[in-house]
Amino acid sequence: MLKKRVIPVLLLRDGRMAKGVQFGNYRDTGNPKTAVRIYSAQDADELVFLDIQASLQSRTALLEIIREAATECFMPLAAGGGIESIDDVRELLLAGADKVVVTTAAVTNPGLITAISERFGNQCVVAGIDYRCDADGAKVWIRCGTEATQLDPVEHARNLAALGAGEIFLNSIDHDGLMDGYDLDMAEKIASAVSVPVIVCGGAGNFMHLAELLKDTSASAAACASLFHFGDNNPIRARSYLRNLGIPMRVLK
Amino acid sequence: MIGIVDYGVGNLASVRNAFDRAGYEAELCSRQEELGQYERLVLPGVGSFRSAMELLEQGGWVHALKTYAATKKPMLGICLGMQLMFDYGEEHGGAAGLGLIPGTVVHLEPAAPNKVPHVGWNSLNHAMRHSLLEGVKPVVDFYFVHSYHCVPKNPEHILATCDFGGEFVAAVVAGNVAGMQFHPEKSQPAGIRILENFAEWEPQC
Repeated sequence: MLKKRVIPVLLLRDGRMAKGVQFGNYRDTGNPKTAVRIYSAQDADELVFLDIQASLQSRTALLEIIREAATECFMPLAAGGGIESIDDVRELLLAGADKVVVTTAAVTNPGLITAISERFGNQCVVAGIDYRCDADGAKVWIRCGTEATQLDPVEHARNLAALGAGEIFLNSIDHDGLMDGYDLDMAEKIASAVSVPVIVCGGAGNFMHLAELLKDTSASAAACASLFHFGDNNPIRARSYLRNLGIPMRVLK
Repeated sequence: MIGIVDYGVGNLASVRNAFDRAGYEAELCSRQEELGQYERLVLPGVGSFRSAMELLEQGGWVHALKTYAATKKPMLGICLGMQLMFDYGEEHGGAAGLGLIPGTVVHLEPAAPNKVPHVGWNSLNHAMRHSLLEGVKPVVDFYFVHSYHCVPKNPEHILATCDFGGEFVAAVVAGNVAGMQFHPEKSQPAGIRILENFAEWEPQC
């Protein structure tokens, strides 16, 4: 039986980890290399690295972090942030990433999703969807939550799966960093709308939030940043908590 | 020395790093004429069956790999590398494979609510006692990421299966040729153990 995944997310800015609230007010959360070592020792199910700076310097630092992570930890690594071309993808894969997360370009250049999928396989392309809700309903946002689009997240998810995305990484800007629980409603809408696995991010503040997502929706994975950054929580404890609630979790040995 | 066949697909460093961790020397081999010097061979692969076969053909690897397999030295295909060892893959219009193991490669069609690709951690049902699985308990999970699966013609070649809305073949062994659909190099301690087992494997054939 396929297990549910719990995935730590490392947001990166110029080679340092950062974490904010609703995609703003970022604060420094330490050295990613140290975090990678800890997550490796705790046998995280996989790691996601997202560069939120999208500058040349920040990209170079991301590549270096991926390179080091790939030599130290034997788990799946996903990387994203500012990916605009097949060359960007190849650079990350050669550094040691197993898959890439494409969010803004999935809106501005959806053909890139298909191009990556044809070249490297659909397992290699995770399509990111950042969204927020207002009176008009939910809309997709791009460029790290600084630019709104008119796209409906559910429709967008369906399109991305049809274009060749192997997984969807769904991120609620409204819930980001608040640690008050995931947007379960949207998680279920998207997960039931697409035939590919959906990773849900944004809002996890305690293990019960992970359990709600993994038990009450058809999401395949719970991603979280603040939960593991701030506080005494780690993937080992998360797994045993969730297993005790009857959620299928990975057995290591 | 273990050779890792470098025919132009993605990230092979992780396989080499994992052998490093296991304590065995491995290096990438990008020249098909040098295959013969390796005591063991790993055929990795990500992407699509058809484009990988095109790369193998363009690089002159097909003949070299068949010749290597005939020497009876141990070979291990990982993920797409396992699939390429079969006769035929139906992905993207279909293509002939290396034909080292009789059978075909077809799309995963799991029962609902399972989703394709099969991504994440899943455990093995051991179909036989074999040194490649030594020290690996059946409850232990391995990392899978694939949309197609192998259907060996000969059930005796099945080393392990996996439950995913139905059962598919997760590992095979045919003489000196073995294949694993999961990624041992991404499966932390249990995966490293499997690579150790491969590095010590003495095929009886």
